[in-house]
Amino acid sequence: MIGLQHYLTLSAMLFVLSIIGIVINRRNLILILMCIELMLLAVNFNFIAFSRYLGDELGQVFVFFILTVAAAEAAIGLAILVVLFRNKRSINVQELNEMKG
Amino acid sequence: MLFHSILFYAFSLVLLGAACGVVFSKNPIHSIMFLVLTFFQAAILWLMAEAEFLAIVLVLVYVGAVMVLFLFVVMMLEVDIEAVKKGMSRYTAPALAIAALMTFELINLIWLRSSDEEVGGNFQPLPEGYDNTKALGEVLYTEHVYAFEIAAVVLLLAIVAAITLTMRKRPNLKVQDISAQVAVQAKDRVRIVKMDAEEKS
Repeated sequence: MIGLQHYLTLSAMLFVLSIIGIVINRRNLILILMCIELMLLAVNFNFIAFSRYLGDELGQVFVFFILTVAAAEAAIGLAILVVLFRNKRSINVQELNEMKG
Repeated sequence: MLFHSILFYAFSLVLLGAACGVVFSKNPIHSIMFLVLTFFQAAILWLMAEAEFLAIVLVLVYVGAVMVLFLFVVMMLEVDIEAVKKGMSRYTAPALAIAALMTFELINLIWLRSSDEEVGGNFQPLPEGYDNTKALGEVLYTEHVYAFEIAAVVLLLAIVAAITLTMRKRPNLKVQDISAQVAVQAKDRVRIVKMDAEEKS
């Protein structure tokens, strides 16, 4: 019988996998953005599983808003990426050191 | 129920495999294709959890719009993959070790109390005639209508931000200056020269 724990386990594995992705692909900005999308997907899995388990639609409303914000984030992130590539001819995160932070 | 479990495990395996493909593949285009597969499997799993509306929204919005945007940007940029991939393996081993530890701990935590009868964790069957989309719409348009409108404003903001970020002024571009055109007067354009009539030689 598939229940809450199965969904939570799947979501935990997906989340950890996307953390690995951010760490080992940390030079490529596009892959980092994709890994962030994967993380949001893992979080959405948690919301859906708990919403189903508790019989409460509020979790699904929250997922709806997360999807909205993630779409906006992807659009703005890719716009920044395009501007960055136009100025530096590269999307390597290591080369973004103008601000000397 | 056994068939349901088999389906869940099969789709989960494909989901995790596709996520591995996103993380470990060398080519960004392949990564995006794997990401599309991941979202598709996620939508199917959400369908199995009876969140039908969000499953369809995930396919339409994510696979249909956001992933195409990613693909568009990757193909437009023509990134030098080899230069970006160089030296990625330095942190791989510690990252994998820490990730394995985190997964182990999280799974232990999740399954810690699952043997209790009171906690359970099984999904209760939904009432007869339950409509997920209708139930979602009823709370979204009444209780959370302000949040819904704010989400619309966020999307508008994203449009404005993306356009202003990527629009650029090119030098030497011949464009109309409307205010200069309207403000011009006859004496700026026409010069009347007084002179004697020419005589036939």
